Parts: sequence; C-alpha cells; structure tokens
Amino acid sequence: MAKAGTTLGMGVSEAVAGNFIMAPFGKALAEVARNRPEVLGLTADLGKYTDIIPFAEAFPDRYLNVGMAEQNLIAVAAGLAKTGKMPYCTTFGVFATRRAYDFICIACAHSNLDVKIFAALPGITTGYGSTHQAFEDTALMRAIPDVTVIDPCDATEIMQVTHAAATIKGTVYVRIQRGNVPVVLDPKTYRFVPGKAQRLRIGKDVGVISTGLMTARALEAAERLAKDGLNVSILHVPSLKPFDADAVRAFAASVPRIVTAENHVVSGGLASLVVEALYDGGLHRPLTRIGLPDRFPECGSVPYLQEKYGLSVDGVVKAIRG
Amino acid sequence: MAVTNAPVDPAPIGFLEEKAHRLRRHMVKMASGKGQGYLGQGLDIADLLAALYFYEMRYDPADPKWPERDRFLLSTGHYSIGLWAALVECGTLRTDELSTYGGDGSRLDMSTLDSTPGVEMTGGSLAQGLGQAVGVALAHKLDKRDAKVFVELSDGELQEGSTWEAAMAGRQFKLDKLVAFIDCNGIQADGKLVLDVEPVADKWRAFGWDTMEIDGNRMAEVVAALQWARVERGVPKAVVMRTVPGKGIPTLEKREKAHFVRVGDDEWGAIADELEKTRG
Ligand SMILES: Cc1ncc(C[n+]2csc(CCOP(=O)(O)OP(=O)(O)O)c2C)c(N)n1
Ligand SMILES: [Mg+2]
Repeated sequence: MAKAGTTLGMGVSEAVAGNFIMAPFGKALAEVARNRPEVLGLTADLGKYTDIIPFAEAFPDRYLNVGMAEQNLIAVAAGLAKTGKMPYCTTFGVFATRRAYDFICIACAHSNLDVKIFAALPGITTGYGSTHQAFEDTALMRAIPDVTVIDPCDATEIMQVTHAAATIKGTVYVRIQRGNVPVVLDPKTYRFVPGKAQRLRIGKDVGVISTGLMTARALEAAERLAKDGLNVSILHVPSLKPFDADAVRAFAASVPRIVTAENHVVSGGLASLVVEALYDGGLHRPLTRIGLPDRFPECGSVPYLQEKYGLSVDGVVKAIRG
Repeated sequence: MAVTNAPVDPAPIGFLEEKAHRLRRHMVKMASGKGQGYLGQGLDIADLLAALYFYEMRYDPADPKWPERDRFLLSTGHYSIGLWAALVECGTLRTDELSTYGGDGSRLDMSTLDSTPGVEMTGGSLAQGLGQAVGVALAHKLDKRDAKVFVELSDGELQEGSTWEAAMAGRQFKLDKLVAFIDCNGIQADGKLVLDVEPVADKWRAFGWDTMEIDGNRMAEVVAALQWARVERGVPKAVVMRTVPGKGIPTLEKREKAHFVRVGDDEWGAIADELEKTRG
C-alpha cells in the first residue's frame, strides 16, 4: 500500500477496510465460462490491471491478449461475436470509450453484437490523472443506441453483473472496480436485476439516487446522518441504460428533496438521467448533484481527489445535509 | 535569445555518461520512499535523455517556450520520471522538487502534463506522440524553421494503429527534421511483449523512414545515432534503441515485474548504493 498523499500507479488498487473480495470480475467470469463454452476473455495489455487473471488461469486457451491496441480489441471482439463467440473485453474505461468509441458504436452496437466490455478505473478510482480517469464514459456510452450501461456498487454486484451480462442481448458496458473490492451489498439477499433500480434504504427526509461505488458512500453517509436524526432514503441505480425512469419518479415522489451521487461528471450521467425522468413525468424536486465538475481532474492520491470533489463519505454527508 | 545548449563536437562521451548517471541518481531520489514507480523505464532511457539535453538539442532551459528551440516529445507519458530528471538537471525545474514526484499538488506527476515547464505534450494515453511530433515538424517546415523534432516512443506503442498512421504521414510530408527514438525495452504492462512487434527496424524501413538500430544504453552509439540523424535525406528518421529496464541498477535489471517496480521501504538505500557502485 502506498503512503498517503502520493499518486498510486495504474496497477495499484486503493486500500479498503473491512470485507472485500479480490478480483470479483475475473472470478465471476471464470464461473460464467464454465457453463458457456462460447465465452472468451480478451484484453489489450491490461490483463493484470483489469482483474481478468482468474479467468485466464482457469481457461488459458480462451484468453486472448491483443497487445496495446484498443480499437483492434473491439474490432476483433466484434468479429468473434459475429461468429458465435461471446467475448468479454477488458481495458480501462478511458481507452474503451475514448479510443475505441467508433468501433463500439458501429462494429458492435449497430449490429447488436454480444460484446461485453468490462472497463476499469471509472471516475476517480485512480490518481493517475485525466488520461486514466474515466469521468465521462457513462455519458458517451449511453448516447449509443442499444448499448446496456451498468455501474455496479461493489464486489457482490460486479459478480452478479458479470453473470447477467451473458444473458443480456447485445453490447454491454460495465464500469468495474478492481483489486480488493469492498463487499457492501449482502450476496445472500441482494439480486441485480437488469434494467431495474432498487431501494436500499427508507427514510422520509431526503432521497439519495446513486449509482456505482457512490451507493456504498451514500449508505455509509445515511448511517451517520441517522444518528443526527436525518432519515435518508436510497435508490440504487446500477443500470444507467436502460434507465428505470418509473422507479426514479416513484422514489422522487416519496421524498421532499433529492440528491444524486455518481462517480462521473454531473452532466450526461445519472444526474442528467434523473432530471430527464422527472421532467418527463412533470415532477419537481429540489436537487443537489454529487459528482465531478466540468473540468479535467488532476493527478494525486485517490483519497485526496475524492475529498476534493466531494465524493468521499464526508462529502456525501455534507451534500445530503444541504 | 541565449541558447545555452547546442551540440559541440567532438561529443564529450565521458561527460555525457556522467550526466546520464546524474539523471539516474535524480530518478532514484524521486522514487525513493515511495512504494513503487516507473523507475525501470526512466533508467532505461537515461542515456538518450542525457545525449539529447546535454549534447544534441538547441534550447534554452530558462526559456522553455523559445520558439526556435529543438523539441523533445516524450510520447510514453509514464516515463515522466526520466523527463523530470532531465529538466531538473538542465535547470528548467528545481532540484528541491524531486522529492515531490507523484505527490498531491506536485508538478512532477507520474505521467507527463504539458502544463509543467519543459514538457511538450501530455502523455499517459499512449501512442499520441508520433502524430503530434509530425504536426510540430510540419509546422516548422511550413514556417521554414530550422528546429528539429525528437520524439520517443515505446515498443508497446508500436502496437497501436495510430503510431503507423503517423509514420505514413511523416514520410508523406518528407519531414527530414523529425527523428523518432523507439525504446525497445522488451516489456509492457502485462509482462514481456504480449504481441510481437519484430522486426522493428524493418517495419520502419518499410514505412519509408531512414532507420538505424543501436544499443540505447551505450552512449557512443546514442551519440553516433544523433550525428547520423543530422544528415537530411528528405525522409524522417527512426532510431531503434535496444534498452534494459532498470539499467544501471542490477537488482532492478533482473526484476521480472519490471513494468511497475515495487520497492520495499528498506531497499532504497541498497538501490542507491548499487547505482553508485555500478558507475564505479
Ligand atoms: C492508449 C493506452 N492504452 C493502454 C494504456 C495502459 N498502459 C500503460 S503503460 C502500458 C504498457 C505499454 O507498453 P510500454 O510503453 O512498452 O510499457 P513499458 O515498457 O513501460 O513496460 C499500458 C498498456 C495506456 N496508458 N494508453
Ligand atoms: Mg516497453
């Protein structure tokens, strides 16, 4: 583990206290592959850095590393998918979206191909600067027709989504945390349902609508606030596309004020989707948006950056208090 | 305009070797105490950096934006530790900044940003450097400027299509003041090169570049390549450099996991000693 205050390199997972699972994505992919011979694992020189290694070790013949070539990663995956395979591709979110966007859009989505993209380093989960922080990937991916976009909360959900991706027809984009990923949702009771939002907590004072790892922060913040007598409802929205607008409207209607929380820029992602859903339903609620501003984030240690952009539990507490 | 660095021949090989050593020393200082870093790559291009910054390039360290300067674009952004060492040694950056490498609020990031003085491009998203170098060289040509453009790229960057798109453009526009150094250190993120890039020199020749292959860790060969690259023959030049990650520190040269070196807190003293001993 690195010392406080220093940028960790792209290979290092952040420290997490408590219960966690190492490489949940790769472990789940190995399970998926056991029952589905058509599943392949592809990467572009980031196998070790995207947690696909447990799969690669279990199925070395079905693991393909195309070198550092993200456009070709996606093009090759499209060819494989056209020919009866189901490729799961990994790289960092920035390179999948920024560099291979056209290939995802045309070679994959336009033909509704079964290409599953598992993208690491969403938002501020690396201190490596704007070149590695996928802060606008959800906005980009949700703009492509027919693509499914998912931002799982924790290890439990990453594993469930890895399984679910095989049953969702077409191109799927998933933002993954890697390394030691916290377990926040109870695997015995929580069930990811494609396209559905889920209420995780009920409180009458404020409603938080969150996605990805921000749901974990919101849960922690809500516990703290409960001690001060502020009761928070939480709606977790792992699926950004398709978006469960009905659930969001029903949830918003049940609280006087809402806060959105996402590990992403506040334009084009969850906050925008919520505003669109409310407007379409003719519903009005005061709204606070937690997320990244419209500027390039810098390098630095992840805790420093999360604090700076209000993504830490403290930041969430502050925003909920209003 | 005071140009404080410009080639003086015959090349002072011993002086340049000492400069390379000092750059390596700066790099160890930057990485020291941190659990990890891209030290291996910085060490492997120290000889090239010394030869560029203290022999070949015409530039003014006090005025890094001097329009007539020769430029060096480091395409491989995670090699930043090497560039920081060179910029400190030439005086563009301050020595006391070395210890801030990778720290919150530091200008010496783990990956280059062109907001730091002396940095010609933002790296980190790889294989964007050669195309930018083509653009800079083209602008110089249009403006009839004499300045040279040097660009470093890694062997991993040869796997991206954008590198070859730029290679074709460089040749098409007859950029004979453009010189690419390809750092073939044999490794990438997942270990030894996972996708074969050989034969590297033949590929550049096939793309129409004047090409030379050297041991990038031998100063005499680096200098010879720079002198060779001065001759203009109407096409850009590629210098394929064979280098050793961790060069100068045997413990690091032997490391399997060389892409991202992890060093225990107690090992830094020994590493610094090894560097001095190897230099003799
Ligand atoms: C476009 C892009 N894709 C992927 C990465 C992630 N990445 C960082 S370093 C690296 C290895 C590239 O090979 P090379 O530069 O030869 O690595 P080294 O010699 O430093 O080990 C990769 C894939 C990146 N920075 N940029
Ligand atoms: Mg390399």
